[in-house]
Amino acid sequence: MTTQAMTAGRAPMPGMKVYNLKLGMWIFLLSEVMFFTGLIGSYVILRFAHPEQFAEPGQVLNINLTAFNTFLLICSSVTMVKAYAAIQQGDQQGLKNWLLATIVIGASFVGVQVYEYIALAAEGFVPIAEAYHAVGRHMPHDGPVIGGQLYGSTFYTMTGFHGTHVSIGVLCLCFTYWRAAKGAYTADSLGGVEIMGLYWHFVDLVWIILFTIVYLI
Amino acid sequence: MSTIEQEMVHATEGGHHDHHELPFIRKYIFSTDHKMIAKQFMFVSLFFLVIGGLLATMMRWQLGWPSEPMPGGMMLPDAMMAPTPNGAIMLPEFYNSLVTMHGTIMIFFAIMPLLVGLFGNLLIPLQIGAEDMAFPRLNMISFWLAVPAGILMLSSFAVEGGAAGAGWTSYAPLSASGEWTGVYLGQQLWLVSLTILGFSSLVGAVNYITTVINMRAPGMTWFRMPLATWALFVTAILILLAIPVLAGALIMLLFDQTIGTGFFRPEVGGEPLLWQHLFWFFGHPEVYILILPAMGIASEVLSNRARKPIFGYHSMVLAIIGIGFLGWIVWGHHMFMSGMNPLLGTSFMISTMAIAVPSAIKTFNWLATVWKGDLHLDSPMLYALAFVSMFIIGGLSGIFMASTPVDIYIHDTYFIVAHIHYVLFGGSLFAIFAGITFWFPKMFGRMMNETLNKVHFGLTIVLYNLVFWPMHNLGLQGMMRRIYDFTQYEYLAPLQPMNQFISISVFLLVAAQSVYAFNFFWSIFRGEKASNNPWDSNTLEWTVPSPPPHGNFPEMPVVYRGPYEYSSPESETDFYPQTTPPPSKPPVQALIPEPVTPTPEGF
Repeated sequence: MTTQAMTAGRAPMPGMKVYNLKLGMWIFLLSEVMFFTGLIGSYVILRFAHPEQFAEPGQVLNINLTAFNTFLLICSSVTMVKAYAAIQQGDQQGLKNWLLATIVIGASFVGVQVYEYIALAAEGFVPIAEAYHAVGRHMPHDGPVIGGQLYGSTFYTMTGFHGTHVSIGVLCLCFTYWRAAKGAYTADSLGGVEIMGLYWHFVDLVWIILFTIVYLI
Repeated sequence: MSTIEQEMVHATEGGHHDHHELPFIRKYIFSTDHKMIAKQFMFVSLFFLVIGGLLATMMRWQLGWPSEPMPGGMMLPDAMMAPTPNGAIMLPEFYNSLVTMHGTIMIFFAIMPLLVGLFGNLLIPLQIGAEDMAFPRLNMISFWLAVPAGILMLSSFAVEGGAAGAGWTSYAPLSASGEWTGVYLGQQLWLVSLTILGFSSLVGAVNYITTVINMRAPGMTWFRMPLATWALFVTAILILLAIPVLAGALIMLLFDQTIGTGFFRPEVGGEPLLWQHLFWFFGHPEVYILILPAMGIASEVLSNRARKPIFGYHSMVLAIIGIGFLGWIVWGHHMFMSGMNPLLGTSFMISTMAIAVPSAIKTFNWLATVWKGDLHLDSPMLYALAFVSMFIIGGLSGIFMASTPVDIYIHDTYFIVAHIHYVLFGGSLFAIFAGITFWFPKMFGRMMNETLNKVHFGLTIVLYNLVFWPMHNLGLQGMMRRIYDFTQYEYLAPLQPMNQFISISVFLLVAAQSVYAFNFFWSIFRGEKASNNPWDSNTLEWTVPSPPPHGNFPEMPVVYRGPYEYSSPESETDFYPQTTPPPSKPPVQALIPEPVTPTPEGF
């Protein structure tokens, strides 16, 4: 008699054929989706309610710089995939190299974002409503006021939360790299790399949405 | 078996052998055992329950005897009380803090961690036949995030300006700037504390969901899961999706307060209504987070103590899922008075009333479960029956405020206060009493004293109704909630005797809880020793010793049937444990394959 018969024809082991860590990461990412949905939804509502407070695309924000940054982040997703592909083949050296590349590119993204913040703040584009004043890259000095206080608030909050996620991701990548350097991952045991990849691709995906609605639209 | 496999087995079952070697700090403080974490959540949240109750008694003093010296008030600092020759009189600012902190502490630090932290941790692994949670260390982190959150929340009483005073809903712009409430740091501590607590809940929710999906024992199919586990599973999904929205809103409000962004501040173009939408988008699922586990607990107890299968098991499960789903599309009913397109208001009204359908399915199923049952009217059953009856009253008054025209009249009155306490105290808290009493033997290996519990039950059910029933009347007569001194209005002044009656009942109600508290601690050490299965129950947690050892099940349990086969003709006794093989099919442990462990987790 088999267990199937004993349990009235039901599967002997219920559950998804996915290991806990991966399932847990997917579930966690669902909550992240809700978090960014809340932020993006608030942005959309505020922008529809007060269109005069938001500048036209490219008037204040430097699209070229951020497009380059977006390109960087997409590249880091590619290197993350390469890292995972390497360890699937059992190539520990390849894993380390591609992880290192991902760390460097991810950190560069954060660096470019910090540079962007400093440049924007120097022009008076700040999240503090009371300290906000007219800003405009392409406007003459006596030109009209561009954007309003909400523009700074929403811009820094949304991109800042994404930047925080990337920074946390870089720290986790460093941890993964440290583990990889100790030889913790093999072709049969690569859960840590896989869930790191899931998180990293999620952060990448969020950025593409944020870039579109904050910078381009 | 290769070395790696042996190591894996050791890793998963290691707890058995190491149990007695764990040092004190790993066993009782930084424990990763789900049962210990459940107890930790229980002690901490019972402490907060007491704090919340004491805050309520102070509020009731002010409402019963407005601006008269409060007994013992001289012991409180001048920031809270105004000293006079006759004694200390409560300040309005302190009253606002009391209202806010009573609600916040009871909802976030007492009821929610009791239902989710205590029963989620205790029941989920035991009822599905798992050795522990999917991520035991994350589970420990979940608890140790909740503790600092609680400390921060309590410490806000001691800072300059006092604790948060904008209500537990913290509506902007009242909460967005200290100019209005006089509370600066207290409100910020409130926001930071709830953000940390939200993270704790989130980590817990990920853990519960993964555990229920992936860690069930052989034969434990979805529709053989006990209803408590089902309810906790759906609750975890609600937490997972609702908390991040609250966290986002809390952080935006914190930014408004600290760095000066303008999300909710109308003077710079922000939208106060946005806060309400975000808060209630979280807040209404939160209501079901606070009642679904209670429903699950009541289902377990009612079926067991009536010695009958739960009536309509599948419809119970579907009703839980239905409530969980509908909970997402009704948040606007909290905002009928905030300015809303009437058409939108009507759609929120209809979706809200639709929740009465799954709720009524559950209620009638409970009634049908106890109907003509072999009723054992011991204390868990009494608490569970009280849960059902009080939930019906609270649910029905909910229909009143769901209908927009009625809500316009009773909005922000004591009718609302009565309603929330009927579902949250009469509903959730009675179910918590039922649950703690029912699973007490499993937690501590001893029974609670039955006589003391019945005394507590009798006092509580009577006094509780004396407190909260008259609040309906107060509300209908126009007394508003969150008011410091209602006698300032001529038309409300005649309500003072009724308020005094309520206040005296509250003092007695709070005092009556000491019976339960005494019984609780006395029974931990001196209670009658409990057997493995004192309630003759079917579910898996009763097949293991009380309290269960580290790792729970000595060998992987095999499940043959649903959890509520009471008085089954197939069984000789009036219960039929899920693990008892059917008569024609003897147990063949040797034939059970090794559990299929998916890819090892190389984390």
